[in-house]
Amino acid sequence: MRLEVRHRTLYRFDPAMRAVVQSLRLTPSLFDGQQTIDWAVKVEGAERGAAFRDGAGDWVETTSILGPVSEIAVEVEGVVETVDLTGVLKGHRERVPPLAYLAPTRATRPDAALIELARGAVAEVAETEALERAHALTYAVRDAIAYTPGETEHATTAAEALALGHGVCQDHAHAMIAAAHVLGIPARYVTGYLHAGGEASEASHAWAELYVDDLGWVGFDASNGVCPDEHYIRLGSGVDAVDAAPIRGVAKGQGAEALDVEVSVTQAQQ
Amino acid sequence: MDGDEPSYFNEMFDGDGVRAPYSGLDGWANDMPPELRNLKQSEAEALFRRIGITFAVYGEGGDPDRLIPFDMFPRVFSSGEWRKLEAGIRQRARALNAFLMDVYGRGEIVKAGRIPAHLVYRNEAFEKAVVGFKPPRGVYSHIVGIDLVRTGPDEFFVLEDNCRTPSGVSYMLENREIMMRMFPGLFQENRIAPVENYPALLRRTLASVAPEKCEGEPRVAILTPGHFNSAYYEHSFLADMMGVELVEGQDLFVEGDYVWCRTTEGPKRVDVIYRRIDDAFIDPLCFRPDSMLGVPGLMNVYRSGGVTIASAPGAGVADDKAIYTFVPDMIRFYLGESPILNNVPTWQCAKPDECAYVLDNLAELVVKEVHGSGGYGMLVGPKSSTEQIAAFAEKIKEDPANYIAQPTLALSTCPSFVEEGVAPRHVDLRPYCLVGERIELVPGGLTRVALREGSLVVNSSQGGGVKDTWVMAE
Repeated sequence: MRLEVRHRTLYRFDPAMRAVVQSLRLTPSLFDGQQTIDWAVKVEGAERGAAFRDGAGDWVETTSILGPVSEIAVEVEGVVETVDLTGVLKGHRERVPPLAYLAPTRATRPDAALIELARGAVAEVAETEALERAHALTYAVRDAIAYTPGETEHATTAAEALALGHGVCQDHAHAMIAAAHVLGIPARYVTGYLHAGGEASEASHAWAELYVDDLGWVGFDASNGVCPDEHYIRLGSGVDAVDAAPIRGVAKGQGAEALDVEVSVTQAQQ
Repeated sequence: MDGDEPSYFNEMFDGDGVRAPYSGLDGWANDMPPELRNLKQSEAEALFRRIGITFAVYGEGGDPDRLIPFDMFPRVFSSGEWRKLEAGIRQRARALNAFLMDVYGRGEIVKAGRIPAHLVYRNEAFEKAVVGFKPPRGVYSHIVGIDLVRTGPDEFFVLEDNCRTPSGVSYMLENREIMMRMFPGLFQENRIAPVENYPALLRRTLASVAPEKCEGEPRVAILTPGHFNSAYYEHSFLADMMGVELVEGQDLFVEGDYVWCRTTEGPKRVDVIYRRIDDAFIDPLCFRPDSMLGVPGLMNVYRSGGVTIASAPGAGVADDKAIYTFVPDMIRFYLGESPILNNVPTWQCAKPDECAYVLDNLAELVVKEVHGSGGYGMLVGPKSSTEQIAAFAEKIKEDPANYIAQPTLALSTCPSFVEEGVAPRHVDLRPYCLVGERIELVPGGLTRVALREGSLVVNSSQGGGVKDTWVMAE
């Protein structure tokens, strides 16, 4: 499927900041499930540089603006050709060992309820059935945390979202990671775009990848109860939402920050 | 001189005789009248005060700016003793760096089954952010501090490795400086190998690992968390001695492919940063987002080859106490050599059978936290009460993987000035090995001395003092 992405993130600072530095993970991953036809990241007025591919396979670049900075627009436009690999991250070059994805963070630390959720989900699934166990976790998380925008915030942890019973894709991904860790399965947070059908739906998305022996990393999207297919574009990964964030920035100054994000993912006209 | 328990090796006296390296000090100490000694001691203290070398001692109350006690009685090695130590230290520094290059690269030692994968990759100090990166000259740990103890004429053991930012080298330099000022005669009568070229060697080492993109003379800076840090004196001292900038995070900024330093003459590119800030705090865009001490974007510049960070982020995975057990294996695996320096036998409480042994023998063992440092959170069995041992046993049972145990070593003693005169006190040694284009090591290092009678804990945070350390020239 050929997907066209338009993604604009506008930061406004009032009063203006002295300087802003950002680390961007906004370039589609290189793997067999997607091929970049055209991709451009623009940041008006910023110095660009310090770009590299990290050990997890993500393309990272740096932008900086010396002040006064009252506004920054990060604009992404591109076209990606996708195929359905049923979530398997085939052909992705990376060097970080899966074992490095077992440590909890503030957001993914399991509490008693998450431990119970994870163990309960796989109670009937043999330990040898790694893929089945991962699917079982996906459904358990989906059923335990209803997709409800506005109930959680950026800093909400997996345990908090589960206690609340509501959340968004970030909460689902964190809960998946926490539950996977309970079972000793390496897991990580993945960011990207989702083409949810229709003309131009809101489409920034996040899901989890679990390391499944023999298959490698496999994506699981608890929000939709599926594995990523040709409707997904993968950007990058991290141990949690903060670590994987497509835009991570630090602004120097006392200004208040207002954020405006517009994303559309549409099927491209060929 | 009063007697010592016979089980401890006294570095100066062999029965009634004086061991050769100390022959120049016997008369010196005996001939010094008590009044002169007191005078010299207060003179030394005044000098330390004047230059401002104090050490914030946490956990003991009192004045945080108090002096670390300086003991005027030097600790001495013969050139022969030092030759063996030096070869062992260099060997260890090479192996530790080879290990770091390997575990952030292909992980051969793990694939070969010589070190369990989880000890490396699940280690808190393992930084996935540097996986696949080859720092200039393949060096991760540019200043390796190796803590050594001696138990006999030829018996030396490595207590631990410090691959991140070992502190204390300013004491090594100041101790020598002050001894030379107070006792110039000693340095005329004895041929003592110099240590004062350390700052020049450190600077040369750091310059030698500048990124390939660097043109001309590399600009080196020391990055400090600031003057609230207990080692701030050392940061500013080293910057002065090396003639490089001492900067805090806010003095540096990232623009384009490089890191820049704000100066009165405008921004200057920085090529090598000797950071004295922990990994977690050096870049809020890569590690802790709440860090105010670091430089946003620094890690991206580092990873793309625009700046060198010394020690490299992630170097701590080599000096973890659980990894320590495997350093002799690293030496065999990477260098194909036999270890010159021995490890102390170590029990891992993470292993149930070893933990059971440790719990049964706490009264004889020293127990440490795997990630601890500075002598905190440790139990010295023979020096602890039954209640303290019982309380510590509970801590171990709660989190066995957090502890390792070692036998209580019979640390050697060196004569030291105490209230009543001269008495043996236990000592250790921290040499500072520099790794860049070449491996450099000044003769000696920092001798720490447990000034409390009978104490085996030499950490400055636990009431230890320091001594000048001599290596006799050939």
